[in-house]
Amino acid sequence: MKIDIILAGVGGQGILSIASIIGYAAVKKGLYLKQAEVHGMSQRGGDVQSNFRLADYPIASDLIPKGKADLIISVEPMEALRYLPWLSKNGMLITNDQPFINISNYPEESKLKAELNKLPHKVVINADQIAKDLGSARSANMVILGAASPFIDMEFSALENAVSEVFAGKGEDVVNVNLACLRAGREFAEKNK
Amino acid sequence: MAKQLFLGDEAIAQAALDAGLSGVYAYPGTPSTEITEYIQKSKQAAAGNVHREWATNEKTAMEAAIGMSYAGKRAMVCMKHVGLNVAADPFMNVAITGANGGLVIVVADDPSMHSSQDEQDSRYFGKFAFIPIFEPSNQQEAYDMTYEAFDYSEKYMIPVMIRITTRLAHSRSGVETQTVKPQKEIKLHANKKQFILLPALARKYYNELLAKQAPMEADSENSKYNKIIEGKDKSLGIIASGIGYNYLMENFVGTDCPYPVLKINQYPLPVKMITRLVDECDAVLVLEEGYPLIEEQLRGLLNRGGNIKGRLDGTINRVGELGPNMVGAALGMEQVEGSPIPEIVAPRPPALCVACPHIDSYLALNEAMAEHGEGKVFADIGCYTLGALPPYNAIYSTVDMGASITMAKGASDAGLRPTVAVIGDSTFTHSGITSLLDCIWEKTPVTVMILDNSTTGMTGGQDSHALGKIESICLGLGVEKEHFHIIKPLKNKHEENVEIIKKELAYEGVSVIVPTRECIQTLNRRMRSKTKK
Repeated sequence: MKIDIILAGVGGQGILSIASIIGYAAVKKGLYLKQAEVHGMSQRGGDVQSNFRLADYPIASDLIPKGKADLIISVEPMEALRYLPWLSKNGMLITNDQPFINISNYPEESKLKAELNKLPHKVVINADQIAKDLGSARSANMVILGAASPFIDMEFSALENAVSEVFAGKGEDVVNVNLACLRAGREFAEKNK
Repeated sequence: MAKQLFLGDEAIAQAALDAGLSGVYAYPGTPSTEITEYIQKSKQAAAGNVHREWATNEKTAMEAAIGMSYAGKRAMVCMKHVGLNVAADPFMNVAITGANGGLVIVVADDPSMHSSQDEQDSRYFGKFAFIPIFEPSNQQEAYDMTYEAFDYSEKYMIPVMIRITTRLAHSRSGVETQTVKPQKEIKLHANKKQFILLPALARKYYNELLAKQAPMEADSENSKYNKIIEGKDKSLGIIASGIGYNYLMENFVGTDCPYPVLKINQYPLPVKMITRLVDECDAVLVLEEGYPLIEEQLRGLLNRGGNIKGRLDGTINRVGELGPNMVGAALGMEQVEGSPIPEIVAPRPPALCVACPHIDSYLALNEAMAEHGEGKVFADIGCYTLGALPPYNAIYSTVDMGASITMAKGASDAGLRPTVAVIGDSTFTHSGITSLLDCIWEKTPVTVMILDNSTTGMTGGQDSHALGKIESICLGLGVEKEHFHIIKPLKNKHEENVEIIKKELAYEGVSVIVPTRECIQTLNRRMRSKTKK
C-alpha cells in the first residue's frame, strides 16, 4: 500500500494542518511516512506545497516523482493546477474552488473553471462556504480533507480520531466544528465524485 | 520505543539533547532555524538548563560554542550555508585548536536557492578545514549521526560538521531515539595552551590536525554509514552521497538496483571503497546533493580517470537540487509525467504581508527618491528584500548580511548621490554596526534606514538583539542626534515621513532613519495568544 499526496496552496493558508491530521492518523497505524514542507521565503504569500508520502514499506525519497502522485489536495484552485505534472494518470484532484487573489495576473474565473473541467478525476468544492455555514470559516481545510478522505486508503474513523486528538488542546467546540467540517466535506465528495 | 515524527532539523536537535548537549548557539537562517527552535521549546532542554538563546550572528555563535567546548561540555552551533561564511574565521581555526568537549557544527545548505542567495556546498568548507563531515541521508540517520558525532568529536578532539540540505531539514519522518546521556562536567584541556594559536603553537597543532586525517579516513572505510551494496551488473557503478541515495532507491521500489552502489555519508572520503567500485565497474555515476565535490576529485585535473558521469558531463544538471526524476533519467529509465501545467497558471512569488510596516517604509522612500533616479538604494537580507519586486521596485542590491550600509558607503565614496541603505533591525545588529561605524569614521554621505519591526521576520519571528537598542547603538557609534530620526511607518504619517527622508538625503554626512512598527505576523501571533489566555 502507498499513497502519495501533493498538498498545495498559498503561504499562510495552512496546508500543513491537513498534513498533520493525516500524519497523526498514519503514525497511529504504524505506517511509514515522509512529509516534505516549504519553510522560509515562500511562506510570505507565495505558492507552497508539501509532498506527503505514506506506505506500509520504508519510503526512499522525500519528494514524489512526477507522474506518481495519487492525489492533489489543494486549498486554492489555481495552485491545484500547478502540480498536474506530478499527478498520475488515474490520480484524483481535490480542490477548493475559491480563489486566493494576491497577484495582478490571476487568471479569469471562466478559464480556471475550463481547465479544472478538463480533468477526468476531480472533486471541486466550495470549502469556504461549507465551513462558514458550519460556523468556522477558518476550518475550510478540514472540509477539503473530508472531501479527499474517500480517496485515502484509511478508515474514516482514523481521520476523525486524529482531528479530535490534534485539536483537543483548543477545546470541545473547536473539535466539534472541525469534525463537522470534515464530515461535510466527505459527504460532498461521496455525492460528487 | 515508538517512533516520533521529526523534521530532519528536529531529529538533529533531539539527538544533541539526548547526547548530553549543554548549549546550542545559532542565528536563525532557513533551512537551519528549526534546530534551535526545537531546543528552545524542549522541556528536556529547560530541565537541563541547556543554553538555547539566539546569538547576534553566526560568528558569535561559533565562538561561544568553542568556549563551551573549551570548558569541556558538549556544544552545538547551527547555521545555514551562508552563515558559515560569517563564521569562517573561528570555524577554520577551531579545526586547528581542536575541540575539548564534543563540538558539532551543523550547516544546512540550500541547493536550488529556495530561500538563499547562493547554493554553496559546505562540504568544501569541511574539507578545507580538514574536519570530518557527517552527511545523513534521512531523518533517522540525522538523529543517529548527530548522537554519535559528539563522541567522535571527543575521540579525535576535533569539531565535526553535520551537513544537511533543505530537503532533509524540512521533511518529516518517523525517528527512533536512543538513551539520554547526562551532560559533561567542566573539565579543561590537559594542555592549557591548546587554544593559543601563536604561530609556533599553531604550526604544531596544524601538523597534529593533518596527522588525524589517516585514522579518520580508516574510520570512514569501516563506518556503518558508508557501505557498498553489491549489484550484478558491473556496466555501471553508482556513488551516492547524502540524500542522493534516496533518489536512487526511489527508482528501484519493489526491485533491487542491478548496479553496485557505494553509499557515502561520512567524510573524509573512503578512498579504498571508491577504488574498489571504480575498478569493478565500466563506468561510474556520481549522485551528490550540491556541488560535484566527489566527482571533481574522481576526475582530477587531467580527467584521465575513465568513464565518470555526473554533474560535470551533463548526465545530471550542473545546478540545483537533485530529484527522483533527474536521477531516473540519468540511469536511462523512462520518466512518466502527468499533464503539463496549464498556461493560465501564473507565478505567485512571495510578497510582503498585508499591513506589513515595510510597505509604508518603501512607499515613503520611493516618493522621496523619485527625483533622484534609479540605482541608489542598497538593501539587505530579510523580508524587505521583497521590496525588489513590483509594485515597489525600490532596491538595487542584496548581497550579504550587512552589505547595504557598506555598499552604499562605497558607492558614495565613488561620488554617487544620494545613496541609501535599507537594513532590518536584526540584520543591523548581525552585521551592520561595523558598517555604520565605517561611515561615521569618515563622515560619508549616506542615509541609512533601519527598518525596525522588532523581530527577525523572514525566518518566522525570532528575537532580535536590536530590540530597544537601536537609538543608543547609533548615538553611541557617533550618529549626530539631529540626523537620527525614529519615524512611524503608517499611511497617515506618509507626508511627514517623506519630508524627513528628503531632508536627510540632502545632508552631506551620515543620517539614520528608523521606521519603527512591529512585524504584522508577530503582532497577530501575540494578539491570538493573548485572547487564548
